[in-house]
Amino acid sequence: MSVRDRLGDHDETGPWRGAYAPYDLVKELCIAIGVVALLAVLLTVLFSSPDDKPSTIAQWSRQQPVNFITAAANELNGTSDTAEYGPPYNHNGEGQHAAFIHLQKWLGVSHPINTAQDFVIGPLKTIPNDSSLQSAIAEYRAAPEQTRKAWGEAYAKPLEERETALEEKKTPNNAITVNPTTGTVTVNASGAGPVPLMMTSLLSLAKSGGLDGALLTSDQFFQTDYTKPLLFMADGGLLSERAEAQHLLGEQWGMMNETGSYPGQVWLWLYTLWYQVEPFKSSENADILVMLMMGVLSLAFICIPFIPGVRSLPRAIPVYKLIWKEHYRSQHSG
Amino acid sequence: MSASETPASSWTGRVREAAVEALPPEKLLPDKQPTYVASWIYVFGVASIASLVVIIASGCILALKGPAWWHYTGVGHFFNSIHLWGVELFFFVMVVHLWGKYWMAAWRGGRTRVWITGAIIFLVAVPTALTGYVSQQNFDAQWISTQAKDGLNSVGVGAFFNVTNFGQMYSYHVLLLPAAVVALVVAHVLLVRRHGVVPPFELKDHEASQTSTIAGSDTPISAVQGSGPGSDGAAS
Repeated sequence: MSVRDRLGDHDETGPWRGAYAPYDLVKELCIAIGVVALLAVLLTVLFSSPDDKPSTIAQWSRQQPVNFITAAANELNGTSDTAEYGPPYNHNGEGQHAAFIHLQKWLGVSHPINTAQDFVIGPLKTIPNDSSLQSAIAEYRAAPEQTRKAWGEAYAKPLEERETALEEKKTPNNAITVNPTTGTVTVNASGAGPVPLMMTSLLSLAKSGGLDGALLTSDQFFQTDYTKPLLFMADGGLLSERAEAQHLLGEQWGMMNETGSYPGQVWLWLYTLWYQVEPFKSSENADILVMLMMGVLSLAFICIPFIPGVRSLPRAIPVYKLIWKEHYRSQHSG
Repeated sequence: MSASETPASSWTGRVREAAVEALPPEKLLPDKQPTYVASWIYVFGVASIASLVVIIASGCILALKGPAWWHYTGVGHFFNSIHLWGVELFFFVMVVHLWGKYWMAAWRGGRTRVWITGAIIFLVAVPTALTGYVSQQNFDAQWISTQAKDGLNSVGVGAFFNVTNFGQMYSYHVLLLPAAVVALVVAHVLLVRRHGVVPPFELKDHEASQTSTIAGSDTPISAVQGSGPGSDGAAS
């Protein structure tokens, strides 16, 4: 038999004209529901389900005050991941693309976020009875952009140097001190204008839990959109630190995993796989490349009956002889 | 022609006639199946539906008490665990079902739409589960939503499907996507009932002799099999 014959695409399947046997579909379904329900209960009794408490900005600012101050300074300066993200949050980045396909840019800014205003200045303005803070905010807002940038960079410089030193496992500089009792952070940054006072006040607001609420506030009473607090926290280190401890980082097969030793979303294995291999792994456009790859594969999955070769493999590789073993045997013996 | 055989003139009557013609009761709920429907692999299709029933039932209980209930009561956590394991079982049996149907080439004999609806069910089930994970209101939800947003934003989906918006994700999870899955499952099952379970491949002579050897006899299968295009090798 030629390869063409073995992979032949002619569909010779006609209606079944052979024998029938009694088969109780409804009974089968009822038994299946019972068995699956019992299995689910058994797995529940044995393994329960994970429910690690969510992080809050209050926890983050208390546990990692320097990291919080660093992230907040980046939000104010417009240098955080969210600030430079691009669509759908702002116009400060192009977003990802694949060749001429700029879907992220084309769909535009649907959830506008100005990190300096929304994450720092706006919440600070909600603090009552602090005239020096309100003066600092007014001074900051009235200053030319160049001056604001110079202040921000002067404040951020010792924080960045500290982060770099920690990453390189060196002793950080002494420009930053943390009061172990109050958790107050002092950044010795000359030429930072009103920024140190603004950051100290934001840290106090965050530790009190006020920033968690301030980032949820909008024009209406009921709130269900956590985009701002989640993006702010994602710019810091607490979430990723917890994720790393729970083997949830991208290089640890990321979000298909779940806290604890639970199976998680194992059906996302193919999606997550691409992030582990080149050229996706090191690409700046990894997300769109992986999504387009999965789009093509999903379409191919749907269209298997029309894809020559793929649709003929089941005839060429005789797994079907195992599936219909009884049928072929009964035909033979009949 | 009797009155009952006169074609209906109303829209309702035409829909009824078309439905009954496409799926007469004995085809919709048959009490017999071709003899080749005799393998454990067939269990995984009905097990997928059974898992979906468990997921929907446990999900309805969770929905009745609201999204925060399972965090602070033992009973709520129990039903959340049932829901979670129901989903894990659903994907497991569905994947085995899909592989089984692939190796049967179950799209043969005019069953292309059966395969397509099955494949789409799997693809729609993935975001249905994802919206559940990001609606959990715990650390998993925080981490998964902040990670998943990048992939979705990169292809523009984030503009109208915001995984960090709990309210939107909860709506998708408890109504829109489950409704889509259920509708697709209904369509899939009706198509299976309309076209029947795909018959086995017809064996060529030399394959039949190989199979006869496996079966432990020297009698050629072609002796008991139909022949030619259109025949399913029905044993008479």
